[in-house]
Amino acid sequence: MKVKGLLLVVLAVFIAGFIAGCAQEGGEKQVTTPATTPSEKKEIKAAFVYVSPVGDAGWTYMHDQGRKFIEQKYGIKTAYTENVAEGGDDERVIREYAEQGYDVIFTTSFGFMDATITVAKDYPDTIFMHCSGYKTAKNVGTYFGRMYQARYLTGIVAGAMTKSNKIGYVAAVPIPEVIRGINAFALGVKKVNPDAKVYVVWTGTWYDPAKEKEAALSLISEGCDVIAQHQDSPAAQQAAEENGAYSIGYHSDMSKFAPKAHLTAAVWNWSVIYSYIIEEVMAGTWKSEEIWWGIDKGVVGIAPFNDAVPQEVRDMVNEEMQKYLNGEVPEQYPFVGPIYDQNGNLVKAEGEVMTDEEFLSMNFFVDNVVGEIPASE
Amino acid sequence: MRVDVEAVITSGFIISLLASSIRAGTPLLFATLGEIVTERSGILNLGLEGIMITGAFTGFAVSFLTGNPWLGIVLAGFAGMALAFVHAFFSVTLKANQSITGLMLVLLGLGITGFFGRDYIGQVATYIDPIEIPVLSSIPVVGEIVFRHDPLVYLALLLAFVIWFLLFRTRYGLEIIASGENPEAADSLGVDVDRIRYLSTMLGGFLVGIGGAYLSLAYAKLWTEGMTAGRGWICLALVIFSGWMPQRAILGAYLFGGLDVLSFKLQAVGFGVSYHLLAMVPYVVTIIFLLFSVIRKREAFGAPASLGLPYIRGKRY
Repeated sequence: MKVKGLLLVVLAVFIAGFIAGCAQEGGEKQVTTPATTPSEKKEIKAAFVYVSPVGDAGWTYMHDQGRKFIEQKYGIKTAYTENVAEGGDDERVIREYAEQGYDVIFTTSFGFMDATITVAKDYPDTIFMHCSGYKTAKNVGTYFGRMYQARYLTGIVAGAMTKSNKIGYVAAVPIPEVIRGINAFALGVKKVNPDAKVYVVWTGTWYDPAKEKEAALSLISEGCDVIAQHQDSPAAQQAAEENGAYSIGYHSDMSKFAPKAHLTAAVWNWSVIYSYIIEEVMAGTWKSEEIWWGIDKGVVGIAPFNDAVPQEVRDMVNEEMQKYLNGEVPEQYPFVGPIYDQNGNLVKAEGEVMTDEEFLSMNFFVDNVVGEIPASE
Repeated sequence: MRVDVEAVITSGFIISLLASSIRAGTPLLFATLGEIVTERSGILNLGLEGIMITGAFTGFAVSFLTGNPWLGIVLAGFAGMALAFVHAFFSVTLKANQSITGLMLVLLGLGITGFFGRDYIGQVATYIDPIEIPVLSSIPVVGEIVFRHDPLVYLALLLAFVIWFLLFRTRYGLEIIASGENPEAADSLGVDVDRIRYLSTMLGGFLVGIGGAYLSLAYAKLWTEGMTAGRGWICLALVIFSGWMPQRAILGAYLFGGLDVLSFKLQAVGFGVSYHLLAMVPYVVTIIFLLFSVIRKREAFGAPASLGLPYIRGKRY
């Protein structure tokens, strides 16, 4: 027994070491590239803290594309840590980068907000940029994109392409960001097709492909012929593809998962914001600000149209897009009155513009959305 | 909130709910059947989540590399078997604590697939598509519910009966059950308990691996890290739910799969329902059944008497 016990311990240690090894290599890979453009500008190092794996084809993947872009463009050294748990390892990881002397640290998930603020207090000379949060400090700025603008444009496509006038929307969890996206999408639908309704199904998870697919299939079986999503996997796209429905992607161009179904997608392009910040830091002119850029700056946009989208629909979308680009409409557009909620109450009167503060606490659906926002505790 | 009762009870709703339940229940059924075989021999393998995710990844990767999803399914089974072998080695040969090695498999499976799987995220492999069984699929209602699935759905059903036959109608089955109920008695009758437990655990792992591959190759049809999303744990509860009976596992798996689907179906017809509550139901049912398994007499409930206990020849308990 003694010998076997010993053997067991040795094996357990071996396996634990193996797991730790995997975690080390996989979880905390530091990618470095030597500076290639010698210039008189300050040499800087940038670190990124991600909430999920870089390969997820969703949120983190798009941030990592931005990281790669600035690394190439400015020849700066970057590092990243992926799969960092919110409220768990985040503070340690952020602190480590600050300790290692990184000049600017990007924390790319809402849940990293408090950890970012905490660490920033201890490292006043380090610049911190937190994505999607609302807390700032002298050395902490925030950045986000006005994704609802792109959602609105994709809603126009969905509204024009539906034949059943039922459009499905697979949504993750009922937070203002997701609700804002649904409403903007529905307003786009309404713009071109007042008869169509947007049916929302909550999955309660950001990331369970089987559930996301099942949710999309449920919508399709109830007659929805266009499926949009606010989820991280392309499972809903595939559900549409397999059942001859259309789909609207999110995060990135998801057309390779659903070549026939995928009409377009609301996509992120973080390189615009990252470039701006890096240039400010390099020039020594960085100051804490709250960046919330839209389609005019190119932070958000839409993926190329499917061949199935007719020219007149493309024209409609482009016309609306031009309004943003030319500054004809406020950044908050399409949240300009009259806006009614599901019960027919007037939320914003004719011509009134919703404020950014109202965006951050949005908790109602516009009148052409079918579905409920689960009560929050 | 307007309750669209009519939409809920129309046959279209029921048909699609039942068809979806079968689809959602199939990965659970594979894994539950596997664990039933394992536990019947007296080995408790808590590592289903890790084995399933390994199967999901292996199946996807093989299909992606070779273009043959069926080869993926088979190799996913062997990958599951390999992990189960590790568990059997610790449990049978080393007489280690089975709960700990099982939990270790979960971490091992999630870690390894996360590491090797990163290059496969966002790739498109060859998948297993539904088939319409001639004649039968055109039967009204029943045809739509039962006869328009992918072949693995029928394989899982068939396996439930094969395993029932194996356990209760063959000599091997008798030896498996004897090893799980009373290994001393089995040993004294010349049954090689260790060998039976090894084989049962590995056969179990094979089926659990296929259950995982079903997720990535036939259900969600993509690979992502951690995509089993807790289904391995659900299956552990399903084994108890089914009272270690393969035929009852069919009902349990489809029921649990259906509960998952019901929440989406109700929302899709505009029925105001809290997805929080509905998402909880499988777990609540699981807890109730776990309670039952404690309250009710073991004999009535059917748990193998020596489940989770290492067998050491000559040692008195």
